Amino acid sequence: MSRLLVLAETDGAQVLPGTLPTITFAQALLRETGGRFDILLAGGPEITDATEAWRGYGAERLLVVAAPELAHPTADRIAAVCAQVMRQSGADSLAGPASSFGRDVLPRVAGLLDLPMLSDVLHVEKSGDRLAFRRPMYAGNIIATVEIEDDQGVFSVRGTAFGKPETAESESAVEKLSVDAASLPQGTTWIGLETGEQKRPELTTARVVVSGGRPLRDAETFERLIGGLADKLGGAVGATRAAVDSGIAPNELQVGQTGKVVAPELYIAAGISGSIQHLAGMKDSKVIVAINTDPDAPIFEVADYGLVADLHQAIPEMLDKL
Amino acid sequence: MRILVPIKRVPDPYGRVRLTPDGQVDTSDITWVINPFDEIALEEAVRLRERGIEAQIVAVGIGSAAWEEQLRAALAMGADRALLVLYEAPADPGVISHLLAAVCRRESPDLVLMGKQAIDDDCNQVGQRLAALLGWPQATFASAVEISADGAHARVTREVDAGRETLEVALPAVITADLRLNQPRYVALPAIIKARAKPLERLPASELGPCPPARVHVLKLETPPPRKPGRKVHSVDELIAALRDEARVI
Ligand SMILES: Cc1cc2nc3c(=O)[nH]c(=O)nc-3n(C[C@H](O)[C@H](O)[C@H](O)COP(=O)(O)OP(=O)(O)OC[C@H]3O[C@@H](n4cnc5c(N)ncnc54)[C@H](O)[C@@H]3O)c2cc1C
Ligand SMILES: Nc1ncnc2c1ncn2[C@@H]1O[C@H](COP(=O)(O)O)[C@@H](O)[C@H]1O
Repeated sequence: MSRLLVLAETDGAQVLPGTLPTITFAQALLRETGGRFDILLAGGPEITDATEAWRGYGAERLLVVAAPELAHPTADRIAAVCAQVMRQSGADSLAGPASSFGRDVLPRVAGLLDLPMLSDVLHVEKSGDRLAFRRPMYAGNIIATVEIEDDQGVFSVRGTAFGKPETAESESAVEKLSVDAASLPQGTTWIGLETGEQKRPELTTARVVVSGGRPLRDAETFERLIGGLADKLGGAVGATRAAVDSGIAPNELQVGQTGKVVAPELYIAAGISGSIQHLAGMKDSKVIVAINTDPDAPIFEVADYGLVADLHQAIPEMLDKL
Repeated sequence: MRILVPIKRVPDPYGRVRLTPDGQVDTSDITWVINPFDEIALEEAVRLRERGIEAQIVAVGIGSAAWEEQLRAALAMGADRALLVLYEAPADPGVISHLLAAVCRRESPDLVLMGKQAIDDDCNQVGQRLAALLGWPQATFASAVEISADGAHARVTREVDAGRETLEVALPAVITADLRLNQPRYVALPAIIKARAKPLERLPASELGPCPPARVHVLKLETPPPRKPGRKVHSVDELIAALRDEARVI
């Protein structure tokens, strides 16, 4: 690899912390292959103010593309910018977070530049004179070791698999690149974003996550018990698909194969059976607690501490005693 | 309008996938189904038609002759016809998106409605790659889809990390389905029997023109190491004590 581009996760105005593990991946990759990396910050005009915090991680350059047309970072435009910047900077590979933003944009860039892509990369190392990557398949029941042709391509990086990046002594240079707004795709119009209130730590980076499943019955009970316990422990709240589908919890709280992947110090699963798809999103947590009335629930197979109990009794008791 | 729905044949998500002693996926005991996200995409296409949009629904699978089973199921769910592109060499999302792009050039759909992710390889790539190859807009991870009265646009609600985003895309476009787009219908026997009369075309991939080979190569498959066994605690007090004094996480 001679030059890798890191696509920073942005909401159009700010660079989000989900970018950090991708930088860690870039550092790990380039330790194996040599070469340099740049970080691309693409967004609306405010994104220019976000550069300072990202200059200390050893990127050669921070490439800033700021334009009002990028204030809402839709995939078609960000992918077009990414492809253009890769051509201009001579980057042969691209990495970004395996978040909903990265999962939307990165494969589109792979399509535009006809590059192979690996999703949800967990690990990279040199094997002989080639790079070997590890990634999950079948909801994490199988880990595949794979290689890609020419060791070059697009990588989406699983945040929980890479820690904090190393800081560097010299600061990255900041370079502003211009983009021809008229050449950007026009086929997508951004209408709006509905977000829940964010009074708790972010789910994917929280130290503690308390999750609830189907037996929570309604949104009010979910908030009182699962939310209450999370607040006692300074944690974030998660949910199963069953809880989200039945309207007990909002969709952005779903943990699992098709939701968010978390690996906190402490994961408390209350009223969760432990389906393969749910385990895919939390089984790398450091300590797992399961509270379930069914002593044979599969969740107990991954739990460090299992309490066979009715959560409607156990959680109020915990709220009392903590 | 014409709606193309790609269909992948995958192991039943509720079964456990195992490896053979030589590290291959053990297929001896697998029930094969339509990829759940593709089933949701197909259901949405059928519902758009039921809501009064004049639509022809074409199901497309790229794989071996065995995929006929899933395409027949797609016809029973409501697809009007099916296309099986016979391709047996190793595939990756790059290959599949190239073949689907060739199918789109042949079929000229107004909309490709497909799963966001195949639950076997978990790549979540093909829809986005296809949209790029065709130069079309994309709306991934859809939880609601509305087609404008003139058929020129789709308004799509997307499930994103921050919540729910709404986009409007000009058609033709690629839309990929998330779990909450709908609950696919149960298909009754009469529909299955009736579907036998619907057309299913088989086409060797080579007839779609040149296609690049797969560039992602699997070297090894492994099951992840199991977690070390935990223990049952018998009361909330014991649980709190264990978390405080033993695990030291609270
Ligand atoms: C393609 C696909 C993708 C999926 N992706 C995801 C995903 O990303 N995330 C996800 O979570 N799921 C996902 N699922 C769904 C998954 O298969 C399960 O259906 C779901 O995780 C079950 O949720 P649950 O544990 O809340 O409900 P259930 O399986 O119904 O379990 C409820 C549990 O609560 C226990 N219980 C009942 N009452 C009480 C009580 N009073 N106190 C304590 N315990 C009690 C029961 O014993 C049971 O074990 C996916 C499924 C498919 C097909
Ligand atoms: N072999 C295939 N034949 C038809 N459609 C496919 C095939 N592979 C993937 N797809 C489609 O692409 C989507 C995303 O797949 P993936 O990118 O592999 O996770 C799936 O939900 C299918 O709709």
